[in-house]
Amino acid sequence: MAGSLETALALEQEEVGLPRLERVHQWVVTVDHKRLGLMYIGAGLLFFVVAGLQAATMRMQLALPDNHLVPPAVFNRLLTMHGTTMVFLVGMPILTGFFNYLVPLMIGARDMAFPRLNAFGFWLWFFGALLLYFSYLGADGLYGAGSAPDVGWFAYAPLTERAFSRGNSTDYWILSIFLTSVGSTATAINIIATTISLRCEGMTLNKLPVMVWLALVTAFLMLVALPPLSAAQVMLLLDRYMGAHFFDTQAGGSALLWQHFFWIFGHPEVYILVLPAFGFASEIIPVFSRKVIFGYQVMVAASVAIGFISLGVWAHHMFAVGMSPAGNAFFVTSTMLVAVPTGIKIFNWLATIWGGKLRFRVPMLFCLGFLFQFLIAGLTGVILAVAPFDWQLTDTYFVVAHFHYVLVGAILFMIFAAIYYWFPKATGRMLSERLGRWHFWLLLIGFHLTFDPLHLAGLYGMPRRIYIYQPGRGLELFNLIASLGVAFQAAAVLLFIINVVRSLLVGAAAGDDPWDAWTLEWTTSSPPPEYNFAQPPMVKSRRPLWDLKHPDDPDWSYE
Amino acid sequence: MRLVSCSIASGFCKRLTAALLTVTTLARLSVAWAEDWGVGAANAKLMPNNVFAPAATPASVTAHLAYFVLGVTGAIFLVVGGLLAYAIVRYRWRPGDDDREPPQVYGSNPIELAWTTLPVLIVFVLILITGRTIYTVEAAPQPPDALQVRVIGHQWWWEFRYPSLGIVTANELHVPVSDPAHPRPTFLTLESADVAHSFWVPRLAGKTDVIPNRRNRMWIDPHQAGTYLGQCGEFCGSEHALMLIRVVAQPPAQFAQWVAAQQRPALRDPATAAGRELFLHTACVNCHTVRGTPAAGRFGPDLTHLMSRATIGAGAALNSPAHLQVWVDNPATIKPDVLMPAMNLSPADLNQVVAYLASLR
Repeated sequence: MAGSLETALALEQEEVGLPRLERVHQWVVTVDHKRLGLMYIGAGLLFFVVAGLQAATMRMQLALPDNHLVPPAVFNRLLTMHGTTMVFLVGMPILTGFFNYLVPLMIGARDMAFPRLNAFGFWLWFFGALLLYFSYLGADGLYGAGSAPDVGWFAYAPLTERAFSRGNSTDYWILSIFLTSVGSTATAINIIATTISLRCEGMTLNKLPVMVWLALVTAFLMLVALPPLSAAQVMLLLDRYMGAHFFDTQAGGSALLWQHFFWIFGHPEVYILVLPAFGFASEIIPVFSRKVIFGYQVMVAASVAIGFISLGVWAHHMFAVGMSPAGNAFFVTSTMLVAVPTGIKIFNWLATIWGGKLRFRVPMLFCLGFLFQFLIAGLTGVILAVAPFDWQLTDTYFVVAHFHYVLVGAILFMIFAAIYYWFPKATGRMLSERLGRWHFWLLLIGFHLTFDPLHLAGLYGMPRRIYIYQPGRGLELFNLIASLGVAFQAAAVLLFIINVVRSLLVGAAAGDDPWDAWTLEWTTSSPPPEYNFAQPPMVKSRRPLWDLKHPDDPDWSYE
Repeated sequence: MRLVSCSIASGFCKRLTAALLTVTTLARLSVAWAEDWGVGAANAKLMPNNVFAPAATPASVTAHLAYFVLGVTGAIFLVVGGLLAYAIVRYRWRPGDDDREPPQVYGSNPIELAWTTLPVLIVFVLILITGRTIYTVEAAPQPPDALQVRVIGHQWWWEFRYPSLGIVTANELHVPVSDPAHPRPTFLTLESADVAHSFWVPRLAGKTDVIPNRRNRMWIDPHQAGTYLGQCGEFCGSEHALMLIRVVAQPPAQFAQWVAAQQRPALRDPATAAGRELFLHTACVNCHTVRGTPAAGRFGPDLTHLMSRATIGAGAALNSPAHLQVWVDNPATIKPDVLMPAMNLSPADLNQVVAYLASLR
């Protein structure tokens, strides 16, 4: 490929010509979408390890009934920090990091539409993230008031008001989420502008890779869903410092108002996290099935439909707040409707596999795990949409198990699939298949050991967010098994880290197109040069590399 | 300059004290390791609070609906999961396969239409059945002789007030058994004194949130006598985990006896007069009510008939004079972040106050 030689030269210059500090400085001042993407993913993985350790500590506390490993205040900080970190500092940055890295490459562009806004968004997010963790040092504003936030990741009013949350911990939570949200909004604008205006010649919206379509839908959701959250954070801050009474029930404020604001953001947020996973699956499954994605247009339409419907389902998080029967019935209906386009996606992935020649490389293993786990997560979602059953299940470990099936079983599995799939492109080196398979199987076993029994714990009356449970209630076995699963998951993540480090040092060279894939990013060198493509590419179909490799049977003759 | 060093020094002292306090707390907690204050054995005597073992109408219509939904989703899982497993095995790449790409299938409108329509139909049925159950539970008519109870959530205990009967109690809700021939449901009005809580007794009904500045309603009609365990279902701060509920369903005659006993003012046993005096002259009265005495605090549970309750600390410990002794001395031993402070009584005073409390039958 034309780019390879020039990249090699550029890299050589960089390696040889510059002192170490200068190289670090280049990362700090960079506006290159690839470097920013990698920085998002790297920082996200770092926070992933931190929040994972927080989860492991909570599982140790809950392994046995009546356990006193950590006191209640510490446990509540752990659960708040774990949830906030995983959503805002792990899921969002890793997924937007992938979009940052991949969208320009997949549409044949040389960078994002606004490279400097891109860097601004990253640093805003990064310092917002640091602010959350600075609370451990700086939030003890009132003697004995505690350090990190302890109000839960959805921070229901009025627990966050000054009467119940003294000191500064909640303020750190507010400001951190405010900053990271503004950063993410900037990224969303950038993704939309890039996708709309920087597509290469021939790439109509109808020829956009499915992942880029999902990036577009995700970015629109971010743009619509994040501002209400930011607004609510400002209102809460006004409550706490200026005597406003938005959520201050002691002065006539409304506790429910906060819940509406939060979930108007919070439910689309679930799709902001899961749609990228759908995008990865829609790129990786076809390549390892050796088949074109089944029903491209229906797939895209289903994604857009999910995006729209997801904006009208928020109060299914609030079935127990005492809504009228009509209100409950409305949100039952809208929530159930999401199942239809979601089902279509699963069927289309199934049809893509059907009749293929499946290669079980590591990215594909993670995709298959994703398919089964997401199927179950979707079905438990339907179960939770049944409002009367939800009155029993909401705020129990059944819900915890359900959304960890989405966040871990679907999204984390697809993040790993995407890392194994695109790591060769980003670094020029392959990850070890052997270690990767160990990573996959250990994670799969650990995941099911941890989260399958927790469904049952919920059905047996175990609420979420309890630091202790009493013996004799039939919860011991479920919790012990769940805690044992953590060891497997931790081992899997450790192997993953070893795999990455090992590959960076001595991994096999990847070449431009190690998976025999079909989208534009595989036409340039690995890693791609700063300008991505020496010549702007031109496409005639959804799979430009298929056309190149099969000139006798090109895609454009069918589309 | 001196001022600065002073404040640094005092800051350091505070941190050192905090660290020492943490160490002592940890030491104390490790002593309390595995001490469950009798609740484990008590819990084991109750039926597990499985949502599929309903004992009242709201829980049982929900369980029936749940069986139906689990059946439908289970069938979908078997079909789709089965197809997926079949496809993975059937279409795997085998050693010796040639390198030719498989036939490329771009899509099929009839198939897409089929697997759009079928889910729409399933969803339609689920919505209708769910809607019916919502109305059965939420829009149930209230019979004129229904028992009315005000439930007030506090950090971290429950207050139960029976306005028509003049009874106030805590953490253990007594209701009459409602037999289908003579239904006598209990209607609960849910209010909060501070933050959001949620009232949840799985075998009787689903959760209804207890939200400040808002009155929510729910109802239960236990069909069998017995004790039903529940607990707060909405994160409400430090001790959310130890905010348990016991609902005691009694046959009408026994319930009437309980009502009569609760309506009497506090027992005045001359043997515990010294303890009573101590109780009335310490900070206890700021938070607790004992009817028939000047103690009229509302911040903590009503103690008028304390010993008629099975547990203390909202289910954190079984109620016994020995546990009361630990509790009054320092409640944090049993429930670390409870809002009740350690009373710092001398051992002799502590014995007398506990003797008085233990006389409040």
